[in-house]
Amino acid sequence: MDKTKTLEEAVSAIEDGMTIGIGGWGPRRKPMALVRELIRQGQKDLTVVAYGGADVGMLCAAGQVKKVVFAFVSLDFMPLEPGFRAARQAGAIEVREIDEGMMLLGLRAAAWRLPFIPTAIGLGTDVIRNNPDLALIDSPYDDKQWVAMPALHLDVALVHASIADQRGVCAIQGPDHYMDDLFARAAKQTIVSTDELVNSDVFRDASIARQVLWERNVTDAVVATQAGAHPSSNDPRYGYDVKHFQAYAEAVSAGNFADYRDQVIGANEAQYLANVGGVAAIHQLPLPVY
Amino acid sequence: MSDYSLAELMTVAMSRILDNEGEVLATGIGLLPRLAASLAMSTTNPDLLMTDSQSFVLSQPNPVSGLASHGAQANENFMGFARIFDNVWSGRRHALVGPSQIDRFGQANISALGDYQQPKVQLLGVRGFPGNSISHANSFFVPAHSRRVFVEGECDVVCTVGYNQDRLPRGYALEDIDVRQVVTNLCVFDFGGPDYQARLLSLHPGVSVEEVLDNTGFALEIAGDIRETEGPTAEQLAIMADLDPMGLRAKQLKDNPPGRRDSV
Repeated sequence: MDKTKTLEEAVSAIEDGMTIGIGGWGPRRKPMALVRELIRQGQKDLTVVAYGGADVGMLCAAGQVKKVVFAFVSLDFMPLEPGFRAARQAGAIEVREIDEGMMLLGLRAAAWRLPFIPTAIGLGTDVIRNNPDLALIDSPYDDKQWVAMPALHLDVALVHASIADQRGVCAIQGPDHYMDDLFARAAKQTIVSTDELVNSDVFRDASIARQVLWERNVTDAVVATQAGAHPSSNDPRYGYDVKHFQAYAEAVSAGNFADYRDQVIGANEAQYLANVGGVAAIHQLPLPVY
Repeated sequence: MSDYSLAELMTVAMSRILDNEGEVLATGIGLLPRLAASLAMSTTNPDLLMTDSQSFVLSQPNPVSGLASHGAQANENFMGFARIFDNVWSGRRHALVGPSQIDRFGQANISALGDYQQPKVQLLGVRGFPGNSISHANSFFVPAHSRRVFVEGECDVVCTVGYNQDRLPRGYALEDIDVRQVVTNLCVFDFGGPDYQARLLSLHPGVSVEEVLDNTGFALEIAGDIRETEGPTAEQLAIMADLDPMGLRAKQLKDNPPGRRDSV
């Protein structure tokens, strides 16, 4: 089965009002080409679930977000993501702010087709007060109170894989896969972008097959991109682009996201890559060191 | 001339918290807390586990500055972010973190300031604070001790469970909570007073009790003569210099004050 699609085709599956989960972590291995295409197509009233970075910030700045489900939205070196911060401080978005681990459990519950997973996380904190729909439950086995973390069902998951074949076998070759496998499994449809479409024989190597963390029957579409995670990192190919994030932050902080959208994101990925200096320059970006 | 800086004094004070913690994952968020955990692992408690802040547990800590790549580090096991939670929820961890607000219950805030629906200032978000606080020990680092951090009322957004009977979940006792110590630029305190009230443990050289009280929005128990926070040894200073070859510890506090005020 050939699951390859053009960027435009794949992203056009996303509709107004959908719940979108986005893989990666902060400024690390975000499916930014998919996010840029979502901004070009302009779907509205989205609920976004993410360990957020510029994916969340740009969609907020573009006015396409109704609600963000988050534990943080950060660019690491710039602790507060500017687009998200501006949207929050303007009261422009609804939020469901939960612990990082609660998000993991909610995605896992959706993946396992459970209504909720019990946890102690959130007890005693404003996570419970600020999310009145989070139920506290009794255990049949002890006398303690537990939080019933509900399944985070996603209409669509967007993730960026290191390599993938046309059947949807995807490998993550960076230092961490984050929760990408859970995002993929929690979604009705999973769209994977990758900077390298490979022949299926590549996965015969057991060490590479070990880097495949969800089965191909979880992947619905594969989109070949060039530097498709930029300006986030795609370790080991390229690091995140500090200067680019700073220029984006300046534009957003001055209320000029429209300029960034028109002059940087552009009409398609070819324009974007030309606007940011080309793929070769991106591949020179140093890997982040923590 | 002081022979050590306030940043080094605070680092050693934080490091000491981990001396008898055994084989726990020590997570220091921010340069000085991370340096403190690294110092403890390099000296008093080699059984600590630390990560590369990315995806591996290391058998010796990476330097906090001047690291060119993660290529040659002392990897011990993979520990991606999903797997971190397996460790966190087991309780085998002690986190050293720097909240924006801390209240009299030891509750902390890194989420937002002001009205929750439209915050005056959006901060980081709750991150892993709720889960950390109900799972394992946490200590707090405060580089600028003030009433803006140590608030009079409750934190604007309570991100952690603290010693607050009114918020305590059913089935829990206050003794289940483990807010260990708070290290600031003025003093060290804990919540070991009567009914888990904040209790002053030590004052940094040249700091008075009055200065601490003036800058804290809640009461602190002051029991008897308060000792002076112990400064770093020559060995600790040398190890900190090795762990921070670029000297970034000198840039963490405004004007990099000396450890002993009277030595200026």
